[in-house]
Formats: sequence, C-alpha cells, structure tokens
Amino acid sequence: MCATCGCSDAGGVTVTDAAGSAHQHVHGHGHDHGHDHAAHEHADDGHDSRTVTLEQAVLARNDELAERNRRWFADNGVLALNLMSSPGAGKTTLLERTVAELGIELGIGVIEGDQETLLDGERIRATGAPVVQINTGAGCHLDASMLADGLRTLDPATGSMVLVENVGNLVCPALFDLGEDSKVVIASVTEGAEKPLKYPHMFRVAQLVLLNKIDLLPHLDFDVERFLDGARRANPRIEVLEVSATRGDGIDRWYEWLRGRHAQLQ
Amino acid sequence: MHELSITQSVVDTVCERMPDATVRRIRLDIGRLSGVVADSVRFCFDLVAEGTVLDGAVLEIVESPGRARCRACDAEFEVNDLLALCGCGAQELELLAGQELMIKEVEVAA
Repeated sequence: MCATCGCSDAGGVTVTDAAGSAHQHVHGHGHDHGHDHAAHEHADDGHDSRTVTLEQAVLARNDELAERNRRWFADNGVLALNLMSSPGAGKTTLLERTVAELGIELGIGVIEGDQETLLDGERIRATGAPVVQINTGAGCHLDASMLADGLRTLDPATGSMVLVENVGNLVCPALFDLGEDSKVVIASVTEGAEKPLKYPHMFRVAQLVLLNKIDLLPHLDFDVERFLDGARRANPRIEVLEVSATRGDGIDRWYEWLRGRHAQLQ
Repeated sequence: MHELSITQSVVDTVCERMPDATVRRIRLDIGRLSGVVADSVRFCFDLVAEGTVLDGAVLEIVESPGRARCRACDAEFEVNDLLALCGCGAQELELLAGQELMIKEVEVAA
C-alpha cells in the first residue's frame, strides 16, 4: 500500500475500454511522493523557522484539469454531462434507455465510474454505444484527471455527447468539477422525499434533477411536492423532470432537454 | 470520504511547491459551507503526510463562517448551512464567504 494516500495497486484507478480488452493501470497518483529524506535530517535543528504564505486553493490542480477538459469539449463541440446519484437511483437503467433510444441521433458515448467491476460498462456496451469504464478503487468520486484518462480512451467524435456516470454517492462528487457542461442529479421516489435537504451541496451544484421511478408512486408514500420544495430550497434555479427509466413515463422531456443542450453547443 | 482526496491534494501541493522544506506547521482555511469536514481532514492528515515534507507538521484549520447576501432584499448576514433563508423569507442567497478551501500558509524550518 502506498503510505501517502493509502491506495494500493489493486485499489488504484483503472480505465477499461469496455469494447476491447485493454485494461491498464493509469492512476500513478499524478504526482510523485516527493520523499525528501535529506530534509528530515535537520528537522530537529534548533527552532528557527519562517512562515511562507501560500494562499492556494486546495482543489486548484483538479480545477485546472477540469478547465482543460472544458476547453477540449468546447473546441470539439462535445456536450459532456456529469450524472450523479446515490447508489440504486437508476442511473445505469436511465443511461441504457437513453443510449438505446437517442445514442445514434446524438452520438452518445458513456464514461462509467464505479469503485469496482465492469458490470455497468458491460450493460451500456450491450446497447452498442461506445463506453469506457473507470474503476476508482477506494475512491468515492471521479475527478478531472480520471475523466481526462477516460476521454483519451473513449475518443469522442466532434459534435458528439459524453454522458459521465459518476460513482454512486450524493456527497463527494459534488465537490469535484470534471469540466462538464452541466451536472444532473438522479433521485428516485424509493429514496425518500427529504434527499435534497439532506444533501444540499449536491442539489446546489446541479442544473437538472431527474426524479426517477415515478411508476412506483402508487405503491409508495412519497410526497412529490415535498421533494420539489426541498430541491428548490437547496437550489432555487433547479429544474426537475419526473421520469420512469423502466416504463418510459416523462422520458421524452429528458430527451428534449438533452437535444436542447446539444443544439446550443453546435 | 472525499476528505482523503482533499488532504492528499493539500500534501501534494505543498510537496510540489516546497520539495526541500521541513514543514512544522500548516494552516488551512476550510469554510463552514465548503462541504469538507475539518475533523475528517484532521483524521487523515498524519497518514497522508507520513514520509513527506509535512511529516510531523502541526495542522491548524481555520473554519471560516459563511456569509450571504439576499438576492431579494440585499441584506447581508451570517449563514452556517446551505438551506438558510433570509429574514425576509427569500430563499435565493448569494454566498459571499464560507466555501473556502485554501492552503493559507506553512511554517518551515529555516
């Protein structure tokens, strides 16, 4: 195990081209650990010290790489969306349906983020869409560097669309800009109507919420109005669409939203 | 837990900027609305710093309070959660402070 960040080779980030057999370890930390043992020899020499002002944003490196991704998307007319949700909200089912019905029209490619397994990547690949799987190992979110690695493998065409399925988690992915055009949160009626109030950071950074599994509403005690109020409380400008990824209810409005964002970029 | 990545970024940044230093103290500003839990950063710090220029350094965290301006009535006030409302009842607030995530300074052996 790496003593610096606690990762191990087995737990490191891997990018897999789900269409082929390439399986590479690309993480390498993006840094060398800078062990400077010479410096330690003098650590106890007296107490003279000086203060150095740094005033540097902690996420400056990620933000810089995200900006680089954003420029690449803009230069190539590619629309990138960052899809985030808690585990089990139906992100992959929604993606399967979206790429099956709209994949060719909009040239959709998918980058799948999960801690482990190629299962989601394989589900998307079965629809025929280009897909790259990123496994974050111990990591609880995608970052801009992982997305850049994924993009190199996916190699999306000019004017196409990249849908990024982030690691299932309503907390951590909110903080890491990937360089995407918009963030989309997928919530589901099986999760409880208070999710926006419990996870305001996530709803605050999103442009769109898809409230999924609405076909199950007759069987549940889910207060849609309460959910909508909470979402607007966290983010007064948020747009919410109610959908069922399995039955197709409301899905046309999601497709219209995608077509609209895509057309704006062309 | 994104605080592990955040702490890793702190250590990487200092290692890159001062590869030959011996850091005795580091001061971070983690705003109360930043979405980062200061205690979790403290929890990770020693492990992440081990074997780097920050090994053994004292970690100080300033937790800046949040400030917001109401987009409806222009009032400015302190806020310490993202769901705060203005006294006038409006929901839409512009955050002025509290989202900081900064490495402020380091004290290094001369």
